[in-house]
Amino acid sequence: MLLSPTTALLLFALAAPIALLVLYSFWTQSGFNVDTQPTLVQYATVFTREGYRTLFLRSVAISSVVTLVTVALAYPIAYFVAFRVQRAKFTWLLLLTIPFWTSYLLRVFAWKVILGFNGVINSGLISLGLISRPLEFLLYNPTAVVVTMAHTYAAFAILPIYVSLEKIDRSLLEAAADLGDGPFRRFMRVTLPLSLPGIIGAAVLIFVPTTGDYVTPSLVGGSDGVMIANLIQVQFGRVNNWPLGAALAISSMAAVGIIAVSVTQAARLAVARIR
Amino acid sequence: MEGSDFIRIDKVTKQFGAATAVDGVSLHIAKGEFFSLLGPSGCGKTTLLRMIGGFAFPDEGRIVLDGADVTDLPPNRRPTNMVFQSYAIFPHLNVRDNIAYGLRVERMSAGERNARVDEALAMIRLSGYGERKAQQLSGGERQRVALARALVKRPKVLLLDEPLGALDKRLRETMQIELRQIQRDVGITFIFVTHDQEEALSMSDRVAVMEKGRVLQVADPKTLYERPVSRAVADFIGTMNFFEGRLVDLSNGKATVETAALGRVEASMPSGGTFAPGARVLIAIRPEKLVLSHEQPEAPFVPGKIVAASYLGDRSQIQVSISGADTPVAVVTQTSTAFRDGEFVYISWRSGGPLLIAE
Amino acid sequence: MNGARHRQWGGGLAIYAFAYLAFLYIPVLLLPLFSFNDSLFIAFPLRGFTTKWYAAMAADTQMRAALWNTLKVGATASLVSTILGLLAAKALTQSAPLPSRGFVLGFANLSLFIPEIVIGIALLILMTSVGLPLSLTSVVIGHVLICLPFALLVLMSRLEGFDSSLEEASRDLGENAWMTFWRVTFPLVLPGIIASLLLTFIVSFDDFMLAFFLCGTDTTLPVYIFGELRFPYKLPNVLALGAAILIASAALIALAEWARRLGAEGAARDRVIGA
Repeated sequence: MLLSPTTALLLFALAAPIALLVLYSFWTQSGFNVDTQPTLVQYATVFTREGYRTLFLRSVAISSVVTLVTVALAYPIAYFVAFRVQRAKFTWLLLLTIPFWTSYLLRVFAWKVILGFNGVINSGLISLGLISRPLEFLLYNPTAVVVTMAHTYAAFAILPIYVSLEKIDRSLLEAAADLGDGPFRRFMRVTLPLSLPGIIGAAVLIFVPTTGDYVTPSLVGGSDGVMIANLIQVQFGRVNNWPLGAALAISSMAAVGIIAVSVTQAARLAVARIR
Repeated sequence: MEGSDFIRIDKVTKQFGAATAVDGVSLHIAKGEFFSLLGPSGCGKTTLLRMIGGFAFPDEGRIVLDGADVTDLPPNRRPTNMVFQSYAIFPHLNVRDNIAYGLRVERMSAGERNARVDEALAMIRLSGYGERKAQQLSGGERQRVALARALVKRPKVLLLDEPLGALDKRLRETMQIELRQIQRDVGITFIFVTHDQEEALSMSDRVAVMEKGRVLQVADPKTLYERPVSRAVADFIGTMNFFEGRLVDLSNGKATVETAALGRVEASMPSGGTFAPGARVLIAIRPEKLVLSHEQPEAPFVPGKIVAASYLGDRSQIQVSISGADTPVAVVTQTSTAFRDGEFVYISWRSGGPLLIAE
Repeated sequence: MNGARHRQWGGGLAIYAFAYLAFLYIPVLLLPLFSFNDSLFIAFPLRGFTTKWYAAMAADTQMRAALWNTLKVGATASLVSTILGLLAAKALTQSAPLPSRGFVLGFANLSLFIPEIVIGIALLILMTSVGLPLSLTSVVIGHVLICLPFALLVLMSRLEGFDSSLEEASRDLGENAWMTFWRVTFPLVLPGIIASLLLTFIVSFDDFMLAFFLCGTDTTLPVYIFGELRFPYKLPNVLALGAAILIASAALIALAEWARRLGAEGAARDRVIGA
């Protein structure tokens, strides 16, 4: 009974819209109206149009690199707070999460300002006399997207990994040491496998939203950094082809889901082999 | 409503999914009685207690309290109060407000409420502790606050769900005495759930032994110990040696049983149950009813060999292997005579020691 | 020997941890820094101190309207999602687990695993399909959806340590269900409720992607900022606004975390002593 308002909201605001989105992807746009004759033509476009495939593959590639980089950068810090920090854990966690809660849009914008042609890095280096002309490779490319996202999604990596590390019973580590493992082998054989749920959680929490992020690519990505979400967004904006946008969204969501599940399973299997 | 009908539990059954937690239990409890529900975990004793308190409702059967059917009443409309296993001390309230919690429901004057709380604090000997928070209390103090909070409501029945389980051994023994004393002073009927047989025997007027949702025996502690009606009861309460045998004769209150291990044994009859000559039965003998000696005693006796001897200070527990029995026989002796592993000894038994139990 | 290596490792980790903090904070702190810089361009060297951008920001009526809209949306979304979250968390943490527990929990957290752009366009389609105009109300609906996982996270962890015999004790001592909630459950869950209100407010306040699709003509602050980013001469105003938002949200978050910890520690302490 207590659940009914929440369930009602979820049905109305989540299940129904997603179902409608699926429906739309089988329709076609004619002028300002929608033709509700079911057809697969949108999906045909999604899968056959040359530019779309490249864009899609690039999106997955960028999101994958972002996920890897963010998790790899975050793991040591989560480890540090969980195992090395003794008394100030709360302060560290607070420090690590505050940037995450402060305007996402402004953080992306900050990177645009930092990496820009006349931006902080270039102007700083020039005024220090280290370079004479602004570096052009900093902004408007996939690397800029990766750096920016590694910053904006950091907390999604730190927190789940920290929680899984913090949960590890310290006597397990003592037992591993007692049974002859040095610090490195102990980490590989005990800590890493036990923190896998956190790593997987972090990876999913980064991979999924980054594929749908159109703000970062449009602000710092340039033409080489355009991602699938930008394409979806213009279908609902300038281009005004909602059915195609719906088909793009559904296909990318399905692909993201499949990739996330299979990589997760592969990681589980691989770690299960650690004895 | 005097007599043993103060609380009437009538064929109460409670199912959780496919599992039957309480299976057709009927009990009558008298006013002012200290009544224990004893059994291993999962025997249904806590479920039964929660049904009396109104936290669970029977699928079948009735619960009548002081003449009123309370079976379907919620907890706040029953004249019962509970001491919870976790004590359930409200962490956001101090000791005084915890005890006054139920009194505020009754909307009495502040003066009367304070007086009642002071009285309760004095009863549990925590008079200076009123302003303390739950976190500042030790386990024993929390237990006493939980008791006071329930008793201050002046319930007709106080329900106690393993209230001493979380305490260490010494504190538990102190609290057993204190609890019994308080019960005598206030004269309220206590229903006490425990899995600790010593606790149940030492505190209760009567005990119901439960297993798998059923009541096996209801009796006072002495009867329960000396005249268990079944192997399960005998097994659960103290240590008991069992010997298989066949009933050969029944005459003037005595049974004669032919056993493989002990030969012919004369046993006392249990109060209930009917036996026919020729039936397969059990002879049960408590370890302290057996006598061990190095020299051959008067018949009847059996020879055996000591396989383990543990010194327990005031007494020794000896395991003796005898022919015709699969498991060694447990014997408790005074420590005046020393017995060692591997010695050959004779076991005899005191008259009145062997009990007849249906198999 | 082992210990020495240990310390070395720990030292390296600590250096890394501080470097990571710098990576997190420097981009964010650049905004306040340049917001006091007397130059239209965000570049070194700094040109001198000014507060004129803050004056310009304060005079911007469009911005004030957008801020007011955002505050209204945030207050409504946080209140609704916290109430829904509290009801659901109560039902989901009951000692007898509901058969639908996993399903409802997964359903409620689903919005974390769906790219926000998809939620945005799906809700956009729903609104147009049922003929509701885009307004702040539609933004609130979307925000409640994305706030719900955060409310649930905070409130469930608060309620999970909750000893249900406390409520039983209250019933046993004569209180009815409503008064039991008021006298026992509510005061004990209050830190969680405060933390949930603050966190969900921030999530709503910060959201750009959903508001972009759903706000119609009622601009919220992030949507307004996104629009301003196109005009270089307005950048310093955005910086000033960004700095103000950063400080306000950092303060709110510190407050929320503090309330949550207060609750979590209280709950943990009760469990330890109760055991």
